[in-house]
Amino acid sequence: MSAVPTGVAARPAPAAEDTGTRRAAAELGPRARLWPSLAAVYRAQLSRARVARIPLLFVATFQSVGIMIMMRGVVSGGGEAEYVVSGASVVVVAYVALNLLSQYFGHLRFSGGLDHYATLPVPPAAVVLGAAAAYASFTVPGTMVTAVFGCLLFGLPLGNLWVLLAVVPLAGAALSGLGAACGLLAPRPELATLLGQLGMSAALLLGVLPPDRMPEAVRFARDLLPSTYGVEAYARTFGGSPDWAYVAGDMAVCAGVGVVSLAVATWAYRRAAVR
Amino acid sequence: MCAVRGLTKTYAAVRARRGAPGTPEVRATDDVALDIRRGEIFGLLGPNGAGKSTLVRQLTGLMRPDRGSVEILGHDIVAHPERAARILAYLGQESSALDELTVALAAETTGRLRGLDLRRARAERDAVLEELGLTPIAGRPLKKLSGGQRRLACFAAALVGERPLLVLDEPTTGMDPVARRAVWSAVDRRRAERGTTVLLVTHNVIEAETVLDRVAVLDQGRVIACDTPAGLKERVAGEVRVELVWRESPPLQVPEVAALRQRAVEAGRRWTLRLAPEEARAAVATVTGGAAFAALDDFTLATPSLEDVYLALGGAAQQGLVRA
Repeated sequence: MSAVPTGVAARPAPAAEDTGTRRAAAELGPRARLWPSLAAVYRAQLSRARVARIPLLFVATFQSVGIMIMMRGVVSGGGEAEYVVSGASVVVVAYVALNLLSQYFGHLRFSGGLDHYATLPVPPAAVVLGAAAAYASFTVPGTMVTAVFGCLLFGLPLGNLWVLLAVVPLAGAALSGLGAACGLLAPRPELATLLGQLGMSAALLLGVLPPDRMPEAVRFARDLLPSTYGVEAYARTFGGSPDWAYVAGDMAVCAGVGVVSLAVATWAYRRAAVR
Repeated sequence: MCAVRGLTKTYAAVRARRGAPGTPEVRATDDVALDIRRGEIFGLLGPNGAGKSTLVRQLTGLMRPDRGSVEILGHDIVAHPERAARILAYLGQESSALDELTVALAAETTGRLRGLDLRRARAERDAVLEELGLTPIAGRPLKKLSGGQRRLACFAAALVGERPLLVLDEPTTGMDPVARRAVWSAVDRRRAERGTTVLLVTHNVIEAETVLDRVAVLDQGRVIACDTPAGLKERVAGEVRVELVWRESPPLQVPEVAALRQRAVEAGRRWTLRLAPEEARAAVATVTGGAAFAALDDFTLATPSLEDVYLALGGAAQQGLVRA
C-alpha cells in the first residue's frame, strides 16, 4: 500500500522500558467539568437540531394548530378554551421532548454512538441534561406560535404569554427526562420510539381535552402525567386575577418530576454506557 | 504501558424465538494476555468476528470482562473503568454521535468534553483540521461527507485533547490513499514528538504489515500469535504463495493440475496454493507450458503475507482478512 509513509514502518519501536517493572500510575488527563461540558453538549445538540429538526418542529406546530382549529367546533369558549390553548401549546413540548428525545437516545444507544460519550471524561448528567435542554429550548418558538394563534382564535388575552417562558423549560425538563429515560432503558430501538409516541399521544389526549368532561379514571391518569401540570399552570393564568400560588405549585410539580426523571435518565445513561 | 492478563468475556447463549434462531454461548475473548509498550503501534489483526472489537471495548472501559485484568499506565481499568477516558482516546466504528455536527463542531465539542477550555479546544481543533487537510470541509456536517471523509473527521475528533494512548478501531476504512497517508503521518508525528502509543484494530493485512511494530493475531477470541510482522512471517518463511487464475475452467485433464487442485483454496476462477519453493517452481513450470498455459489467465508468486501466517497458525476463517 503506497499510502503508508515509509517512516512509520521503518522506525523501530522504542525499547520496552516499562514492561515487567511496575511503575507509579501515570497522571490522568483532566476531567471535563459539569457546566462547561453541559454547555458544549447543549451547543452541539442545538446546532444538530437546527439542521435536522426544523421540519419536525413545523410538524409539531401544525399539529397543535390543527387540533385547536378542530376543537373550535366543539368547545364553546371560556374555561374550556383555556385548556385547549394551553394543552395544544404544551403538546409541542411533549412532541419534541418526549417523542424525539426518546428516539434520539434509543438510536444513539443501539447504533453504538454512546461509546463516543462514554470514552470521554464527561459527567453523564452533562450529556443527558445538555441534550434535554437543547430539545426543550428548541420547542420555544413552536410553543409561542401555537399559543398566540390559539389566543387569537379563541379570543383569549395575550398578556400572560410570558408564563410559557417558565412552563416550557419546566415541563420540558420533566418530559425530556422521561423521553431520555425511555430511550436509554428500552430493550430495542423500536420500543424506544413506541414509548415516546405513546407518551406523546397521552399528553395530547389528556392535555388538550378539557378535564371536566373526562370520566374519573381518565382524570386520574391525567393527574399522573407531568405535562398536565404545565397545562394547568398556563391555563390558570388566563383568568382576570390568577391565583399565582397554584400556578407556582403546578410549576413546582413539573420541576420536581423533572429532577427525578432527569436523575433516572442519568442513571440509565450510566447503565447503557458500560455494558 | 498496557498489560492485559487472562481477559475473558462470554456472551450468554440466546434461546431461539420465533423468526430468530438461537445462538450458542460465545467466548468473545478467551484468556487474552497482551503487553503493549510505550510508543509502539500495536495491532490486533483478525477476521470479522474474531473478538477484536470486544477486546478493545474491554480495554477502553466500555465493557466489563468476566475475568482478568487490564492495566494501562499503572491504572486498573477493570476496577476503575471511568479512568480509561482520561488516559486514552478511542475511535470507534460508529460515528452516529457526531453525524449531524459539522466537522469543526465535532472536533471542538469532543475537545471540550475531553476537558479542554474553549480557547484550547478551538486552537487544537484548528491545528488538527489543518494537519489532516480537513479545513476546506470544516463547515460541512459529517452526514453529508463520503465514508472516508467522515472517518477522517472522526479521527480528527479523536486527536483533539491529547492522550498518551490512541485506540483506533479500523480507522482507515473507506479512506482513499491521501486520507490514509494523513492518518499515518499524524500518528507518526505524535509518536515521534510525544511518545504516543497506538493500539490499532485492523483486518487489513497489508496495513498491518506496513504500519505495525508488533501484532497480535486473534482467532475466535484467542491470541494465536504475537510478534513483529517480520517475526510472524518467518514462521512461514519456507512457503511461497502461488495464485493461479484460469480463463474459464481449470485444465483438469493435465495430471499435474489435477494433483494441485487438492492443495488449492478455490475461489471462483482463482486458486491459492501455499507450497514449498521447489514445489512452487514445479507448479509454475507446469502451468506456463503446454495445455495448462492455454487455460491460464494470470498467475502470481509471492512471499507469505500475514494472511498466510493467520492460516498457517490454524486460523479458522478462510475469508475475512482483507488485502487492500
